[in-house]
Amino acid sequence: MLAAHLDPLAASIFSLITIASMLLSFVMLGSRWLKDYMYAFGIQSWLIALLSALVGYYGHYPELYLIAILTVLFRGLLLPYLVLRILRRLHVGRELHLVLQPSTSLIVGAICVIFSLVLAFRISTAIGFPENIVVLALTVMFTMKLVGFLILSIRHEAVSHILGLMLLENGIFLGSQILIPGMPILIELVVLFDLLVAVACFGVLIRYLMARVGSTSSLELKRLIG
Amino acid sequence: MITLCFTVVLIAPLIAVAGALLICRPRFAEYLNLLASIVVFLAAASLPFIVHTPLFFWHNYLFLDALGGWVALCTAVVYLLASVYAVGYMRLLASDKHLPGFYALFAGFAWTMLLAAFVNNIGVFWIAIELTTLVSTFLVGFERAAESIEAAWKYIIVVSAGITLALLGTVLLYWGGSLILGPSYDMTWQTLRDVAPHMNPVLLKLGFLLVLVGYGTKVGLAPMHTWLPDAHSEGPAPVSAMLSGALLNTAMLGIVRFLAVTDAAGIGWLPRTALVVLGILSVLIGALFIVRQEGVKRLMAYSSVEHMGILALGFGFGGVLGIAGALYHMLNHSLNKSLMFFGAGNVMRRYGTKEMLAIRRVLHEFPVSGLLWLAGAVAITGAPPFGLFLSEFSILRAGFSGPNLWAAIVMLVLLIVIFIGFLRHFGAMYFGRQPESAPKGTIISAWCVLPMWLALIPLLVLGLWWPDGLMQIFMNIAHGLMGGTS
Repeated sequence: MLAAHLDPLAASIFSLITIASMLLSFVMLGSRWLKDYMYAFGIQSWLIALLSALVGYYGHYPELYLIAILTVLFRGLLLPYLVLRILRRLHVGRELHLVLQPSTSLIVGAICVIFSLVLAFRISTAIGFPENIVVLALTVMFTMKLVGFLILSIRHEAVSHILGLMLLENGIFLGSQILIPGMPILIELVVLFDLLVAVACFGVLIRYLMARVGSTSSLELKRLIG
Repeated sequence: MITLCFTVVLIAPLIAVAGALLICRPRFAEYLNLLASIVVFLAAASLPFIVHTPLFFWHNYLFLDALGGWVALCTAVVYLLASVYAVGYMRLLASDKHLPGFYALFAGFAWTMLLAAFVNNIGVFWIAIELTTLVSTFLVGFERAAESIEAAWKYIIVVSAGITLALLGTVLLYWGGSLILGPSYDMTWQTLRDVAPHMNPVLLKLGFLLVLVGYGTKVGLAPMHTWLPDAHSEGPAPVSAMLSGALLNTAMLGIVRFLAVTDAAGIGWLPRTALVVLGILSVLIGALFIVRQEGVKRLMAYSSVEHMGILALGFGFGGVLGIAGALYHMLNHSLNKSLMFFGAGNVMRRYGTKEMLAIRRVLHEFPVSGLLWLAGAVAITGAPPFGLFLSEFSILRAGFSGPNLWAAIVMLVLLIVIFIGFLRHFGAMYFGRQPESAPKGTIISAWCVLPMWLALIPLLVLGLWWPDGLMQIFMNIAHGLMGGTS
């Protein structure tokens, strides 16, 4: 495994990038402005692209350079652009109805991190790889998963849901770069695939807007019950 | 011969997609789709019978084994029935200019499900399942009413979020394998199964549970079923039949294959018990919501939740009997649920409502197809002499002889509750008092009745006689799945 024998400089750069990505998911969690989510998501995608390029360099996986480029193109540029366009058309600046105040949700997010850390520790000791970078990768992978689900459940705007979904996948993406860099074809396809998901979401969203102009809050989605 | 059938199954729907998109004629699109579905059915019907050892295609990315062939056959059956039905139904529902798009999506949806049944690589399987979601979202939202759009939105968000858990599980399992096999390897079902006994049990358990929850969302196992009643009730009737009869089986295939992996590793009771618990929860949720249901299509949707729970129980109980019963149940449920959704579609068009309160005196309106629908309702509750009785009975027998006796008993009680609840609704719809508002009198064409016959007759035959050939296939599949343990 790459992570088992990594030189210290590379290990610390990897750690820095993973921690920075995790912090960016907290930016998404702590803000109520949709534009902030979008910028945080964009920067996170750039960081992940950087990480895949570095993993490709240190681990000698030339395919990962291609993946880095695809990540930047699709997740770093195209998706934020699409989201911005939608935001401009919708005239929704921020979440109006908050289930949890940003400060409270940050605390819940912190609990998620602690939980993920404990989980990651147990897994990595069970496997016999107690290296810092493995623990860190697992922690960030689980944290971003939990934070993504948290965003999906406490936010109501359609755009937040899309970004929450993308955050779920960013987490897996980031973790798998470090843990299993030799899984290239799958990752490649997944990158392209997420874009399709996003485009499909936007398609549905736009139809939804055509059907009921005005609100894109999931609070309005309450016709189908029981 | 096998290669030819296999290729035809995967190519024919694609031709229908291309034809519908290139030549934008509504009549052409619907007959082309119908033709494709007939061809797919004829080719797929032979697949499970002629495959004895797995065959590999396309650099190992695709393969054909008896289990995949069986699921593909179930999909092909529903695709055929739904295509026949769609010819009549979609003319009532949509204007001609939307039809080519609908049929392109419809054939594409069938193609993604057939593909998923044959995928050999666990990563690509995840992608195939995600593809089914993407294509079918637009079918669910096809009517563009506020409700359909709401259902489509919930569908794509809930299922995509759920299925990322399956991706996480897949990544963890791949990681576990890479500690043994080296950083890069081909992640086929067989490799995973071979490497599983050497894998760390903690990772394997965690990976399986994540995969179970992820694909379980797509199967509609409670408590991840929340998208299912909305999507099934708001899509057009042929789409509901495809979602319920074909898509859920395809997602279940993933769980079954991962279960075979954990079985091979011998990591104890956890995976099976988890599946059994989810199964019981689904049957419970199905029973509760069936009893107090008001919408006719939501009734069918919750019945799907229930039947997916029964399938999960069958595979969870395991053993030759459980697996054979569950596989038989797949086909019976596909036939029966298509019949139920077709009947519901006809009734909805005639009465112009989804509310069961306004649907009364069905036999008055539909002397023949009403009887078919009623027979289907009796069948879906698991009453003899229909196929579902036999399959549910074998699953129960498997449960009574296994370690999860409690689950079998709970299942039996809940099935009785469902029997009463379901038939009470039908009693009211057939023999209740005349409603205030008169039916709209929409003419239902023969296209909409023919597939009901086509579904009911095999269902009756399968209930009276469990063919030896099928039993042979089920035994093969069961031995294949349990190969690691026995």
